[in-house]
Amino acid sequence: MTEIPLTHVLILSSLLFIIGFVGVVVRKNTLFMLMSLEVMLNAVGVAFIGAGSVWQEADGQIMFMLVLTLAAAEIAVGLALLIRMQRRYRTLNIDVLNQMKG
Amino acid sequence: MSLLASLPLYPLLSFLILISFGKRLSWVMASWVSVGAMGAAAFCSMFLVNQLSTSDTSVITAHMWQWFSIGSAKVNVSFYLDALSAVMILVVTGVGFLIHLFAAIYMKSDENFTRFMAYMNLFIVAMLVLVLADNLVLLYLGWEGVGLCSFLLIGFWYQEKSNVLAARKAFIVTRIGDTAMVIGLFLLFKSLASLNIAEINQLAQTTISFTSNSMNAAHSDAYWAALLLLGGAVGKSAQLPLQTWLPDAMAGPTPVSALIHAATMVTAGVYLIARMNGVFLMAPEVMNYVAWLGGITLLIAGVAALAQNDIKRVLAYSTMSQIGYMMLALGAGAWSAGVFHLMTHAFFKALLFLTAGAVILALHHQQDIFKMGGLLKRLPVEATLFLVGLACLIALPGTSGFFSKEAIIASLWSSPTAGPSLWWCAILGALLTSIYSCRLFFLAFLGKARFPENLVISDHIETNKLLRGALFILALLSLFGGLVTVDLSSLFSSYKPSVVSSIDSPSWLHIVAIATPFIGIIFSWFYYRRYRIVTDEPLTASHSAWIVFCRNGLGFDTLYSTLLIKPYCFVAKLNKNDLFDQILMLIAWYVRIWRDILSVSQSGSLRWFAAAFGLSLVGLICVVTL
Repeated sequence: MTEIPLTHVLILSSLLFIIGFVGVVVRKNTLFMLMSLEVMLNAVGVAFIGAGSVWQEADGQIMFMLVLTLAAAEIAVGLALLIRMQRRYRTLNIDVLNQMKG
Repeated sequence: MSLLASLPLYPLLSFLILISFGKRLSWVMASWVSVGAMGAAAFCSMFLVNQLSTSDTSVITAHMWQWFSIGSAKVNVSFYLDALSAVMILVVTGVGFLIHLFAAIYMKSDENFTRFMAYMNLFIVAMLVLVLADNLVLLYLGWEGVGLCSFLLIGFWYQEKSNVLAARKAFIVTRIGDTAMVIGLFLLFKSLASLNIAEINQLAQTTISFTSNSMNAAHSDAYWAALLLLGGAVGKSAQLPLQTWLPDAMAGPTPVSALIHAATMVTAGVYLIARMNGVFLMAPEVMNYVAWLGGITLLIAGVAALAQNDIKRVLAYSTMSQIGYMMLALGAGAWSAGVFHLMTHAFFKALLFLTAGAVILALHHQQDIFKMGGLLKRLPVEATLFLVGLACLIALPGTSGFFSKEAIIASLWSSPTAGPSLWWCAILGALLTSIYSCRLFFLAFLGKARFPENLVISDHIETNKLLRGALFILALLSLFGGLVTVDLSSLFSSYKPSVVSSIDSPSWLHIVAIATPFIGIIFSWFYYRRYRIVTDEPLTASHSAWIVFCRNGLGFDTLYSTLLIKPYCFVAKLNKNDLFDQILMLIAWYVRIWRDILSVSQSGSLRWFAAAFGLSLVGLICVVTL
């Protein structure tokens, strides 16, 4: 089994993170924004696992478990809000929710 | 707590009750509270004066607490009762009580009755503080307090614009005098290091630096202090340069005119000068000014009173003229005579105003004397009472006005700060007084009834014994008040020996002084013949230029309007967009620009926020790492 260098892991992680972030910014549909958020969280997870394996420590995997839990909790709340939004505005376009305009 | 200290408390309590319960109090309750408090205060002051006259000391003091101290000088809230303030509290509470009694009935149907009585009570509190104060700062508190109440009560019927304007005018004009007065207080404190009245009067005589001119000053401190105090007195007492507010102040309800603008507040200036006699004696030039101001005012007001149409304005000008007499007396150094005239004037002028109020009420708020006439038959009691008041005003022998006015006139000729010319002024003024009084009586009570035939004389007053009671007591006081001799000579210091002159009064002076009113009456009996006889020819006010000029108070209003008010308004209009304000507005402009920029960034769009968040994070990392 060949050792994967940490640089590659981090490059993958950054790419995933950027894809996720661009998704959050560019997408108008809230469902896709939530999915992009998941991508970003998983990018962070990749970085943790990669770092954990380099230092031969379990901490990275433990942190990933934490991130997963957080992601699950977040998506539960997010989906619930999504349903409310659909009921109320009959759309999932996030730009409708701009009442905080200064 | 001593009786003296509690004296202003009764009206104060009543004021607090009335102002906090307001319209929830019924008429009966409200009038019991306010008139009862005044009765208690009147009773109390009578008791106090009795105590004062029987005790060995000539002064009763009541110290309550120390207000503040400046350096070594302490300003206390404490009261000081001597013969002068005793006269004043008797007038304020006694006449005040009777006027409150009258007002309770006069204002019965007004919807803001409690507010009216509350202000009246507050006025009494302020007036008592003014006359009882033992130092000038407390006196000034009362001084401003009565000014405030005068403002509130002139503008009591605030729905009408003219009333509000009159109130504002009274407030602003008296404020000019008050400013002079407060500068005078500072000057007194600077040169004598005390604000206690008794101490100042004492120190003024003994402090050399106060009375002598310093190196490069044309006049001594005493001169300036007395002049500035005179400024305050002139404003409050409606004397020559600042007299224009008093006729307009008649916009207020009639009891207010009786209480504030005839009997008590307007005489505060006289009280102030009498109280500070120690300072004024050190400045004989200023006493001469006081005498001349009084003399000229009494003539001007007398002439103006001759041309008025409004019954209350005649009385207002007459008040001004009588205060002119008091000023004349003070200026001539006849302190007792001035204060005596203050007292008798309070009696008969309150009587005149209240009777006029009763007449006005009976005629359904008709104040124009050219629309009255023939009231002697319709309102005989009021007419008699009015005649009594006028007899005192004219100073017919035997009435109280006679004693006090003769005392003033007698002191003028030989006084070093007055003299024969002012004596002639006073005599001419007495002549004018009798002429305008006759004109008023003829027009209002004699001749043909000029009000509409079908006008029902309201029996509001006819039935009210209480209201007549107040008037009768005042009439008795006006007739016999002169028999009480007010001897205050022990209270006032006399002239410096150097200025006492030795002019002897000729013996014919008294005869002329006594005869003058009769000459006036005989003159007007013939001159105003068409006013008193019943004729069919219509009687209207003259519109000749000279009469209109006199009716408008000899053009002082116009003069001040063109000299002061119009230029002031012009400058104010020029600077409408206040220059300094614009500079300050730069700050606001700067803030507003930043606000606009920042509020654009708050688009409310979630994706914008996320993008901004991410980009700034990147930027931050770039800054940190590079």
